[in-house]
Amino acid sequence: MEGLVTQIQGLSGTDSDVLSLQNLLKQADDSLHAESTRLLPFLDQLDPAKHSLGYLYFLEAFTAGPVTNEHASSSVLMIARFISSCVAEQIRLAPDKFISVCKRFKDQVLLLEEPLRGVAPMLTAIRKLQSSSEHLTALHPEFLLLCLLSKCYKTGLSILEEDIFEVDQPRDLFLFCYYGGMISIGHKRFRKALELLHNVVTAPMPTINAIAVEAFKKYILVSLIHNGQFPTNLPKYASSVAQRNLKNLCQPYIELANSYSNGKIADLETYVEANKDKFESDNNLGLVKQAVSSMYKRNIQRLTQTYLTLSLQDIANRVQLNSPKEAEMHVLQMIKDGEIYATINQKDGMVRFLEDPEQYKTCEMIERIDSSIQRLMTVSKKLNVMDELMSCDPLYLAKAGRERQRFDFDDFDNVPQRYNI
Amino acid sequence: MDGEEDTSNPMMEANGTGGVDEAPLSSTSTRKNRPIISGEPLDIEAYAGLYTGRTKIKRLIFIASRCDNPAMQLEALRMAYDEIKKGENTQLYREVVQKIEGRLGPNYEMDAAWCSTIERKDEQRKEKLESELNAYRTNLIKESIRMGYNDFGDFYYAHGALGDAFKSYIRTRDYCTTSKHIIQMCLNAILVSIEMVQFSNVTSYVSRAELTPEALDPPTVAKLCCASGLAHLEAKKYKLAARKFLEVGPELGNSYSEVIAPQDVATYGGLCALASFDRTELKASIFIDNINFRDFLELVPEVRELINDFYSSHYASCLEYLGNLKPNLMLDIHLYNHVETLYDQIRNKALIQYTLPFVSVDMRMMADAFKTSVSGLEKELEALITDNQIQARIDSHNKILYARHADQRNATFQRVLQTGNEFDQDVRAMLLRANLLKRDCNLKASRKV
Repeated sequence: MEGLVTQIQGLSGTDSDVLSLQNLLKQADDSLHAESTRLLPFLDQLDPAKHSLGYLYFLEAFTAGPVTNEHASSSVLMIARFISSCVAEQIRLAPDKFISVCKRFKDQVLLLEEPLRGVAPMLTAIRKLQSSSEHLTALHPEFLLLCLLSKCYKTGLSILEEDIFEVDQPRDLFLFCYYGGMISIGHKRFRKALELLHNVVTAPMPTINAIAVEAFKKYILVSLIHNGQFPTNLPKYASSVAQRNLKNLCQPYIELANSYSNGKIADLETYVEANKDKFESDNNLGLVKQAVSSMYKRNIQRLTQTYLTLSLQDIANRVQLNSPKEAEMHVLQMIKDGEIYATINQKDGMVRFLEDPEQYKTCEMIERIDSSIQRLMTVSKKLNVMDELMSCDPLYLAKAGRERQRFDFDDFDNVPQRYNI
Repeated sequence: MDGEEDTSNPMMEANGTGGVDEAPLSSTSTRKNRPIISGEPLDIEAYAGLYTGRTKIKRLIFIASRCDNPAMQLEALRMAYDEIKKGENTQLYREVVQKIEGRLGPNYEMDAAWCSTIERKDEQRKEKLESELNAYRTNLIKESIRMGYNDFGDFYYAHGALGDAFKSYIRTRDYCTTSKHIIQMCLNAILVSIEMVQFSNVTSYVSRAELTPEALDPPTVAKLCCASGLAHLEAKKYKLAARKFLEVGPELGNSYSEVIAPQDVATYGGLCALASFDRTELKASIFIDNINFRDFLELVPEVRELINDFYSSHYASCLEYLGNLKPNLMLDIHLYNHVETLYDQIRNKALIQYTLPFVSVDMRMMADAFKTSVSGLEKELEALITDNQIQARIDSHNKILYARHADQRNATFQRVLQTGNEFDQDVRAMLLRANLLKRDCNLKASRKV
């Protein structure tokens, strides 16, 4: 064991040394695990910043055993320190070890019921582990879970802003998008939430899974809140398993959406009241209530299409609010949120609806459009690259060839369809 | 005339309270002098006189079942009874007798003796027809076999066995030698299908008849037009139905009275055209080019008047005519199901056309023109605006409707931004899914190796 420590100390300098050290450590891994209880003193002899790889192996073996409460407190400290000081190049040689250490770290933080302590180190861990910002690591969902539990939605959003393309494990993606959706909902960023949940629901899946089912429930509610409607069919690129099963598994939500589309608030409210238990047991009651109240907004918004002026009393009647006062509060709130453009004349109790003042003439708007175009160009370039890669991929070609046995001469003209802007 | 006084009074009051300019008032008062016909209940005798054969009986029974005026009901049943007695349909006879329930005195009781003689005669006739047909079939004379089947069809039709009649008529197809025969076969099939309310058959036989190589004679063309018009009407394709009815030639006369009367052509065609045509089309098809249809319209002056009113934007009197016609139309065997939809569409069209030329419309004046209250009008307009059929917004405070001009430029910008966002989202989701699939594929391959 002492020999191993000296070797670690000696071989942590150059890249080639570290590679040979990794081989050594791999061989010693079993014996390290066997002696996991006596590893603590050796850890002190190593410097996490210099000897990251060796430290990682020792730490992984050391934390493998069962943990008690008081034990956890000290090891959380140790792991957090390691995460913040370790060298990214070295730990990327043993990502499995690093991931399992971080997962244990999360477990211990949860054991101590202090999820907040885990948030910052976990973010650092993600940054060190991922090769590029497009890479979804196994730590992403863990990080979002900690954010959710500690209610640090803002920190979570920073990760969600980045586009994810590379995925190691589908399960990571499902959880990442599901938690991400919940964080976005918490921040009322319904568009983002919808996008994330949409990814879960339409992701290719061989069998139906619980994450997708829960995501679908939230997906229905969020699209009611955000779009005021729920499309009856999933897009055709969704997996057939999802198309067949999801609806049956979320019946109360589908019925809620149907009731919503009828536009009658009273019906919707009685339906929600009757099925309160179901929504509550799914922990979705809050969202359901938001969906119900979004209906008032939707109805008021519809009035702006039809009317130039309308008295508060009439608004209250048409939207089925109890009093003009309540209608005024709703309208006021909506004006404040920029959802409608209107002025309230309190003397006559009239609301005057205005047109959208945006004239699309300002520099900011042009800049926005320009940046949007740039962004789309990069995205579509990426799509083209991907398409080319795919059409050169021997695996894909073999599969495509198998499915289409006989090649006609015409097939060679068949250029794959591309998005062109 | 009393009824007319009653309807005009509330209108005057509405005008008084509305406090509108002179113009609409004077226009309505001139119109008031015109007699409004057809407010009175349907004259069944005259109505039934338009039809012959089975449809007459059917229409009478239909009126009896839909009408809540007992005197009219009995009148219709009595005439149906008389008509059936002339024929051989014992089954229908029993139905009608049951419906009469002895309310028409001893002359209209169940006549069992008549029934049994008819039925006995039928048996004999059927046997005779069968033996004849068999003889023809052994001799293999095409024309005779066709005649035999045709006779069978007529026989079944007279007895109300419509399904069998249809089959027999269809069987003649294999023995048709000239296009005249084919047309006869098609017309028979169409007649039976209309009775059976199977309008998909009607359409297919109409097109088959039109495909015959020889030129059709005008009455047949008119008949086929009527039949396909009815089929389109039944399928709620009002525009197509209107076109077909407008095409019907004057040769129709009373030649198709076993299905439709020329008056019906005018009513069906006029209402469907009002409901579905736009203004230019309406003008072109009814007022200028189509002298034929004008002749038909002369038969039903109410419909002619209401179309004229609609076209010259006298909506109040147009709607009044429509309202007066309604109870009678509800008793029409083909139209009753569509009256509500057609009326709604006509009313909506009238509302839309009224608003079209103006930048702003005083809703009080508009409500007068449509004989409705301002709040009722507001509701209707709201529905139409929500449906995007009227581009306008309501100033509910001053009760004025302002036309709204869509700003193309802003709308384009909005759409561009939205499309961009959607594209962005779609592509990213697509890349993600592709990566997942690729990974899945690689995994499977590596497992195999």
